[in-house]
Amino acid sequence: MDFLQLFKYGFIQQAFLAALLMSITCGIIGTYIVSRRMVFISGGITHASFGGVGIGYFFGFPPLAGAALFAVLAALTTENLTRKKVLRNDSIIAIMWSLGMALGIIFVYLTPGYAPNLMSFLFGSIITVTKTDLWLMFALAVTVSIFFTLLFKPILYVAFDEQFARTRGIPVMLINYLLIILVALTIVLSIRVAGIILVLSVLTIPQNIANLFTNRFSQIMTGSIILGLIASVLGLVISYYLDIPSGATIIFTLVLMYLAARFIKVVTFGRKNQK
Amino acid sequence: MEKPLVQIKEMDVAYQKQVVLTNVSLSINNLDFIGIIGPNGGGKTTLVKVILGLLKPLKGTLEYAIERSDIGYLPQVNQVDEQFPITVREVIASGLEHGIKVGRSYGTAEKYRIDTVLEKVGLKTLQSRSIGELSGGEFQRTMLARAIISTPQLLVLDEPDTHVDNRFEMELYRLLKELNENMTILLVTHDIGTISPYIKSIACVNRNLHYHSSNEISEEQLKVYNCPIEIITHGTVPHRVMKEHNH
Repeated sequence: MDFLQLFKYGFIQQAFLAALLMSITCGIIGTYIVSRRMVFISGGITHASFGGVGIGYFFGFPPLAGAALFAVLAALTTENLTRKKVLRNDSIIAIMWSLGMALGIIFVYLTPGYAPNLMSFLFGSIITVTKTDLWLMFALAVTVSIFFTLLFKPILYVAFDEQFARTRGIPVMLINYLLIILVALTIVLSIRVAGIILVLSVLTIPQNIANLFTNRFSQIMTGSIILGLIASVLGLVISYYLDIPSGATIIFTLVLMYLAARFIKVVTFGRKNQK
Repeated sequence: MEKPLVQIKEMDVAYQKQVVLTNVSLSINNLDFIGIIGPNGGGKTTLVKVILGLLKPLKGTLEYAIERSDIGYLPQVNQVDEQFPITVREVIASGLEHGIKVGRSYGTAEKYRIDTVLEKVGLKTLQSRSIGELSGGEFQRTMLARAIISTPQLLVLDEPDTHVDNRFEMELYRLLKELNENMTILLVTHDIGTISPYIKSIACVNRNLHYHSSNEISEEQLKVYNCPIEIITHGTVPHRVMKEHNH
C-alpha cells in the first residue's frame, strides 16, 4: 500500500495528530524532567496513575480522568513530602509507585466482567485515541507551550539553582508546583499513546539523543520535539505494516535512533567527546 | 554612626529540627570584608542562608538596611548540577532577575551589563559554552559573575575556593579585594591562611559566633573561639585550614 494512502483512514489521521501533539508536550516537559534529573519521580507518577485507572473502571467513570487525578495527587504529594523532608525522596517515590499499582490491580480485579482497553493503558495504543483524547492533548500542548514561552527564563533559572532563584525573588515554590502538575498531566495523556509501562521512554530518549549534540536547554527542547515526532510517525508506520503494537514499536524506534545517534557522534567527533 | 547593612542579634537557628546556631550576634557594616571560618557542620552555611533569607531563625532578630535583592550570592559548588544544560551567559544573566517577569527578554543595557561582567571575569570567549564543559576555575568565575552582575551592596560567597587551582584562587582573592572597594563581602572559607591578607575581620562559627576584628589571628585565639586549625599542604602550597577540612 502506498504510504500516503494511509492517511485516508480516519484512525491513522488521528494517530498522526496524537503523535504530533505528544511530541510537542513530551519534548518540552521531557527536557525539564531529564535536566532536573526527575526521571525516577516521573516513573513514580506514571505508575501511581494506574490506581486511578483501576478506580475508574470499578466506579464506571473514564479511567483517564482517574489516572489524571491520581497522577496529580502523587506528583503534589511527592513534591510536598520531599520539600518537608518527611521521608527520603526515593522512598516516597517507591511508595507512590507501588501503592498506585496495587490499588489499580485490586480495583481492576474487583471490576465485574472484562475491563475494556486495559491493555492500551498498560502498553499504549496510538491508533485507538479518540477525538476527546486529541482535544485534551491539544489543550495540554497549547498550555505547556505558552507556559514555557512566557516563563522560559524563570523556569530555566529555578531548574538550575532553586536557592539562588529564591534569593532573586523568583517564586520558586509556585513554579515547581505548576510544573509538577504539568508533568503529571503530560504523563497521563501520553499514556494513551505509549502506555504506563513505556511512557518514560518518550519523555527521556529524544532528550538524550538531542543532548548528544547540544548542551542548551532550548535546543534540547526543540530537538526532542522533532525527534519525538520522527520516532512516533516512523514507529506508527512500521507497526501498521508489520501489524505489531504501536506503543512498543515507537519506543523501539526511539532506542534505535539513540544508538544510531551515538554511532554518528562517535564517528563524527571521536570517542573523547562521548558523554 | 552608619547603620549596619545587616544586623543579627542573639539569634538561634535550627536546620532539619536540629539547633545549629545559638545566641549569634553579628553586625555587617558597609565595606566590611569578613572571613567566616569554622569546622564542617559548625553552622557557616546555615548562617549564610539566614542572611540570604533562605532560612528563618528560631529566635533573635535580623535587621537589614538594604533590600534582599542587594545581596549577591555565590553558593557552594555542590548546590548546583554541573551537568545541567545551561550556558555561561545564561547563568550570568540569571543574576539580573528581580522577581518574576512574564515573557522576559534582556534589553540593550542588560546585554551590555552581561558583556561587561563577562569581560571582567575573563569569560567572554566561553560565554556560549555549557557549564559542564568548564574547568573548576571557569565554573567558579561564572558563579562569581552571576553574583556580582546586579552590583549588590553585600556579596556573600560560600567556599568559592573549592575545586579550584591555586592560580585561580589567588586571582579570585585579588578580584574580591578590588570589589571590596565598593562592595561589602562575607566569605566562607576553609583556607584562612591564604585569604587573611585580603580580609579585614574574621568570624569563627562553631554553633556560636566569635567576631575577631582583625585579619590576623593566632592559633591560641582560634582555640579559644573553638575553631582549631592546622597546617595542611595542597600540592606545593601550604595552607592554614580547618581541621575538618575535606577538599
